[in-house]
Amino acid sequence: MAFTLYSLIQAVILCVNAVAVLHEERFLSKIGWGVDQSIGGFGDEPGIKVQLMNLVRSVRTVMRVPLIAVNSVCIVLLLLFG
Amino acid sequence: MTESRVCLTRGVKRPHYWHCLIRPGYLLLRVKVHCIAPSFAAKKNVGPSNALEDCHVCHLTTSHNITAINDACVCCAVLAVRIPHSTNQNVVSSSSCVIDPKLRMRNTSKDRTDPSQLFDDTSAAPGVEPAGFPGQGVGAMGYPGQTLLSDPMSNLAMAYGSSLASQGKDLVDKNLDRFLPISKLKYYFAVDTVYVGKKLGLLVFPYMHQNWEVSYQQDTPVAPRFDINAPDLYIPAMGFITYILVSGLALGTQNRFTPEILGMQASSALVWLIMEVLAVLLSLYLVTVNTDLTTIDLVAFSGYKYVGMIVGVVAGLLFGRTGYYLTLLWCCISIFIFMIRTLRLKLLSEAAAQGVLIHGARNQLRMYLTMSIAAAQPIFMYWLTYHLVG
Repeated sequence: MAFTLYSLIQAVILCVNAVAVLHEERFLSKIGWGVDQSIGGFGDEPGIKVQLMNLVRSVRTVMRVPLIAVNSVCIVLLLLFG
Repeated sequence: MTESRVCLTRGVKRPHYWHCLIRPGYLLLRVKVHCIAPSFAAKKNVGPSNALEDCHVCHLTTSHNITAINDACVCCAVLAVRIPHSTNQNVVSSSSCVIDPKLRMRNTSKDRTDPSQLFDDTSAAPGVEPAGFPGQGVGAMGYPGQTLLSDPMSNLAMAYGSSLASQGKDLVDKNLDRFLPISKLKYYFAVDTVYVGKKLGLLVFPYMHQNWEVSYQQDTPVAPRFDINAPDLYIPAMGFITYILVSGLALGTQNRFTPEILGMQASSALVWLIMEVLAVLLSLYLVTVNTDLTTIDLVAFSGYKYVGMIVGVVAGLLFGRTGYYLTLLWCCISIFIFMIRTLRLKLLSEAAAQGVLIHGARNQLRMYLTMSIAAAQPIFMYWLTYHLVG
């Protein structure tokens, strides 16, 4: 399987976009992955599900603005160079 | 460059002065006047009898809070100052100097009969010095200013130039350190031949090795050349490059070689490595393992499989497919055992690492994690080499 670094970058951008479009209220709460369901369990270590929910939330918070820039650049480049 | 305190007293014990270690042959580059005798402050503006003058060698000027400069100062070096109106005590200022041991000057003689000699005259017996600072001294020893260097200006220019260069180097290092942790990377390349040989042997035959612990030295891990269990980046880097070359060779024997595929192989292997490291990082985060494994450690561990791959491909070139499969099987099992034994100590809790079976969801998760990381290595080894052996 021939990979290039460019395809890795593409894959990473697509995955981060996929995580960024998961809406908090409309979707994550409906399936029990909302942020209000992750608080708890202070005593013991958080389980995998809590960690995943925290990860999704932090990715959404951190990457919201940079993704705008990165996606715009990607769109322009793909339009110009195919 | 380290600081050395230069003692200019001769047994005078005053609380302001420090003892120093002066050795011949060292050139001081800069001087900061540190401690100034109490009478200096009062005597800043002195009369014409104690006129302020520049040191005629190092051109230290009156801005340096010096009332008078003895001509026994070494250029840009130890500063010997005599307090006016003091007869018996040669009270001098002590200063801290920056030493560049690479710059050595000739040991020039001085008028040693000068009664007001301010430096300890150790020139007669160079070995008899106070062993305060090991090996970091400046040899003032009463050099006369004039015959010190034939051209004080060039010496000054040299000193200034070297200080500029070191400043520039510091700036570049500081800025580069923000993006690439260079100092941390240096640790991983502190290897020597013995370590590399032993580690390569360990990668293909880990069954006899007993002690897999990484030794520490006051909280920091010991450099790889002193501890065979420490991860390094030399073998993975060299293994990666060798793998690319060997794959080019293997494809060449099948008449499939073009120069572009070298680049393709390199980027493919690199991408798989990056993905593997990201996957391991993600799983370490999800299982909340408290470990001191850094990202570079993970890169190092993932890079150790290139050794087995190279051995397998070379065996396939020499002995055909059966040789390839047998050697690859051997190397896969070795890497599997190696990874399990290394990661067990890092990922599992103390008791579980000893082999005691501990029940509990978290420990089970950790064990599964260790096993899957170790099991991923043979899979990648096969995936990245099977198309090379026709």
